[in-house]
Amino acid sequence: MAENADVVPGVTPGLKGIAGDWSSDQVAFRGAPWGKAMMWIFLLSDTFIFSIFLISYMTARMSTTMEWPNASEVFGLTVFGTDVPLLLIAIMTFVLISSSGTMAMAVKFGYEKNRKVCFRLLVLTAILGATFVGMQAFEWSKLIFDEGIRPWGNPYGAPQFGSVFFMVTGFHGTHVSIGVIFLIITAVKVKRGRFDREDPGFMTGRPGRYEIVETLGLYWHFVDLVWVFIFALFYLW
Amino acid sequence: MAAEGQQHPIGIYLWVWGALFVVSGLSYYVDWAGFQGALRWSLILFFMFVKAGAIVWVFMHMKWERLALFWAIMLPTTFIAVFIFIMALEGDYTEVVRLNFFSDWQNFFSVEKHH
Repeated sequence: MAENADVVPGVTPGLKGIAGDWSSDQVAFRGAPWGKAMMWIFLLSDTFIFSIFLISYMTARMSTTMEWPNASEVFGLTVFGTDVPLLLIAIMTFVLISSSGTMAMAVKFGYEKNRKVCFRLLVLTAILGATFVGMQAFEWSKLIFDEGIRPWGNPYGAPQFGSVFFMVTGFHGTHVSIGVIFLIITAVKVKRGRFDREDPGFMTGRPGRYEIVETLGLYWHFVDLVWVFIFALFYLW
Repeated sequence: MAAEGQQHPIGIYLWVWGALFVVSGLSYYVDWAGFQGALRWSLILFFMFVKAGAIVWVFMHMKWERLALFWAIMLPTTFIAVFIFIMALEGDYTEVVRLNFFSDWQNFFSVEKHH
C-alpha cells in the first residue's frame, strides 16, 4: 500500500493517513468518487448478506443427521458416455472469470476515452454474464425436472441440500442478471458518448463520467467474487 | 485524481485473468483427483482465498486505494469470522441434540433417566 502515498498529493500515508482522512472533517474517502465509495459500502452490506447465506448453509450441513448429497455427482454431466464431475459448474466458473477480465479492461479503456473498445468489452462482458445465467437456468431445470431436487427434499440425502442450493445460487443468479441489465445500459451510454459529453443520468442531475464504468465494474467483480466462495464452499466442499 | 480514476497497464489485468484460470483449474483438479479430508478442505480454502484476493486486490483496485477506504471495507468483513465461529458451535450443538433426541426414543428415555 506504500505507493498510495503519492495518489493524493500532500496527504499522509499509513495509519496517520487513516486518522487524517477520517478526522479531516471534509471527505473521508479522498481520491475516490462518491459513487465508487458508496458502491463499496453497498458491496460491504451485500457481503454480509451472502455471508449469512453461507453461514446458514454451514450450520445446516453441520447439524443435519442425514448424509449430505455428493455435489460432485449431483452436478456431474455425462459427455459421450463418460461421467465428468462438476463439468457445467467448471465451465460456468471460467465464463464468469472471463467476464471479470473483460470488465476490468472495459474500465481501463473507458478512462482512456476509447469509446469503441470500451463499448465492445462491456457488450462482451454482458454476453458472458448472460451465458452464465443461461447455463444456470439449464442447471436448475436439470435438477428440478430430471433429478427431483426440491427445497424440502431430494433423493440423495439431507433435505437441506435443496433449500441451500436454490437460495444461494438463486440469489447469486439474480445479482448476475441485474448486472447484465446494467452492463447493457452502460454500454449503450458509452456508445452514445454520454460520458464524453457528461450528460446527466436518468435519475440524477449529476454529470455522467467514465467513473460510472468503474463503479459498475466493482459490482460485477463482486458477483464474480461471490461465485468464488459458492464454488469452493458449496460445489467443491 | 478523482477526475482521472484508476488507470493501470493492461498487462496486469491479463496476468491476473490468466492466474485466475490456472487457480480455478487447480481447485477443480482437487475434485477431479478425489482428494478427501483435511487435504481437500485446506486446498479448497487456499485456492478460494487466492482467487478472492486477486479479484479484490487488482480487478477491484483495492491495491491502489487509500487505507481509509481499504480498512473501512476490510475491517467489518473480518468480523464475519466471529459469526462463523459462533454458528459452528451452534451447528455442532444442534447435531448432538438431534442425535440424542430425534434418532430413537430408547435413547431419549435413557438420557431422561440421568436426571
